[in-house]
Amino acid sequence: MSDVTVAEFSGWGRHPVVTGRRRRAENLARITDGAVLTRGLGRSYGDASLPPPGDHVVAVTTLADRVLAFDSDAGVVRAEAGLSLADLNRLFWPRGWRPPSSPGTQSVTLGGMVAADVHGKSHHSEGCFGEHVRSLRIRVADGRILDVSDDVEPELFRATLGGLGLTGHVLEVELRLRPAASPWIQAESERFGDLDSLIDALQGASAQWPYTVAWADLSSRGKSRGRGILERGRAADPSTAPVSPPVPKRTFSVPLVCPVLSGATVRSLNMVRYWGRSKITRGIVHPESFFYPLDVVGRFNRLYGRRGFTQYQAVLPPRSGRAGCVKVFDILERMRATPLLCVLKDFRAEGKGMISFPMKGLSMAIDLPIRDHTQSVVNALNDFVAGEGGRVYLAKDALTRAEHFRAMEPRLDDWLRVRRTWDPDLALKSALSVRLFGDPA
Amino acid sequence: MKVVFLGATQGMGRALARLMAERGDELFLLGRRLDTLEGQAADLRIRGASTEVGVAVCDLEHPDGFGAALDAATATLGRFDAVVVTAGLFGTQEALEQDADLRHRVLTVDFTNTIEFCEHARVRLLAMGGGVLCVFSSVAGDRARKPVILYGAAKAGLSYYLDGLDVTYRSRGLRTVAVKPGFVRTAMTEGLKEPPFAADPPAAAAATLKAIDGGRPVAYVPSIWRVVMLAVKCLPRWVRRRVDF
Repeated sequence: MSDVTVAEFSGWGRHPVVTGRRRRAENLARITDGAVLTRGLGRSYGDASLPPPGDHVVAVTTLADRVLAFDSDAGVVRAEAGLSLADLNRLFWPRGWRPPSSPGTQSVTLGGMVAADVHGKSHHSEGCFGEHVRSLRIRVADGRILDVSDDVEPELFRATLGGLGLTGHVLEVELRLRPAASPWIQAESERFGDLDSLIDALQGASAQWPYTVAWADLSSRGKSRGRGILERGRAADPSTAPVSPPVPKRTFSVPLVCPVLSGATVRSLNMVRYWGRSKITRGIVHPESFFYPLDVVGRFNRLYGRRGFTQYQAVLPPRSGRAGCVKVFDILERMRATPLLCVLKDFRAEGKGMISFPMKGLSMAIDLPIRDHTQSVVNALNDFVAGEGGRVYLAKDALTRAEHFRAMEPRLDDWLRVRRTWDPDLALKSALSVRLFGDPA
Repeated sequence: MKVVFLGATQGMGRALARLMAERGDELFLLGRRLDTLEGQAADLRIRGASTEVGVAVCDLEHPDGFGAALDAATATLGRFDAVVVTAGLFGTQEALEQDADLRHRVLTVDFTNTIEFCEHARVRLLAMGGGVLCVFSSVAGDRARKPVILYGAAKAGLSYYLDGLDVTYRSRGLRTVAVKPGFVRTAMTEGLKEPPFAADPPAAAAATLKAIDGGRPVAYVPSIWRVVMLAVKCLPRWVRRRVDF
């Protein structure tokens, strides 16, 4: 029986593309044996889930998705790394539980959420995903399978949360869920005419609302650049929410690669998004519509065309503030980069993940289609962000240079030391670790 | 529905068992390894199976244990409504041509021993007044094609047998469901070139469950493969000699 498949790997941004070998089966302990990296649904944007170029084996976890235990009193669930967030939500929303933290898509696996230590609309109230992970079963480079937690090998545990799969293969995840009065969401969205009032409103909402995010329109110019919509939400009151649990939404898929997202279409989409509803909208909405609005369009990454796209996501510390945000927009405008999506989020302080992305400050995420000059745009943005004491999110990144990342990340040496302790020969590696940490390919 | 399930720990079998668990069916799992069975039982229980999910070891390579395994299921479930067999072995044509031992195992498991297991199940289901016997064959058994001659031969024999069960015993309450999956993305097909109309296990499982509930004697999953195989069966021999699928 042929065990591995030659496969092309790419992330959600479809750039870069690396050829390697894929091993996919139910038995994680078997498929991770000898693999350089473990990958879930491949939803990180850049090269975090890609093997280095060459003949390397990547274990793919999507068939290893058993729920192994559930404590219905404490809300603690233990599952294999390949369980998708969509499956987790579908199973536990109706029972009155929700994940405390989730990214903007449910097409991610538990293992992937650990590796990227994902954050979402709840970051200001709940922190990263990793804050709610009680323990991990991982396979370290020498082949041993260990259970790690705050009490057992805490350093390895912390290095693995957000460790991009480079400290060990994540096999099982034990997660504490939050009780939810209702899975349905009481949501409000409100329009703001300029960046200042949008950011004010975003920060102001965080005290009352457990879920917040802002979308900013960067295709308008002048004073209205950065105008946008604030989305805020909380679990709906069960007395007013639908009694029935939310049924998973139907989705449709973009059937082929077609580059429709560029200059003019982006401007019009942003116009429609901004003006297409009243100043303030309130209502009870489906949790998928609130948390994962873009999941309705499957494979929408194909709309960015053949060359793919990257997402530039950076966080700037409070002292940099909104002036820093304006500066980032200036750089984009000066370099004629055409961002489609710009999402703003205020973060609380960093958590226990040793090199996890979030820290206190304002985060901005900007989709950039790959063009000839995209590398120089990212370089210019990184120059600025590093100088401000900010940093970039590696789960979205494909283009940051090693020297920029080092300048942004004072915690890097500490994390590299832990990685070396458990993997002195660098048996675990990815295209990203070759690019940023100088691993030999 | 009370179901005895051989092969619920992987691929389409796992997906089908989950659908059954989520609608509250009562399941008893048979399989090769106790630890794997217990992990799967926990998964199905949490996903909604209406009672504890019982398990017993049963290996298609060891027919001596078939009777005892089904007796263990009867001891737990009492009367059961369905027996589902998704287990089997696979090898690529190349591997089966080169490896005599693997060839012997695949042919034995997928033909002789699967039928032997079905005979045990048939006798018990008929004694209980009838029920569903759902067995996974393959489109590979419909027509000889270059990449699946040996595997296909075993599945062709199995399909022939299931067809015979249907015509013989349906009047006595035994509803045979022969499932013929096309290309489904499982660990079994990992490493093979993916043809058009490939499906994921949950979609194949949903189609299978419909066939079980409707008592359809033959179910292509996904259903497009009925058309595909009809076309393949119409191909003249000289074309089949030339093409490589």
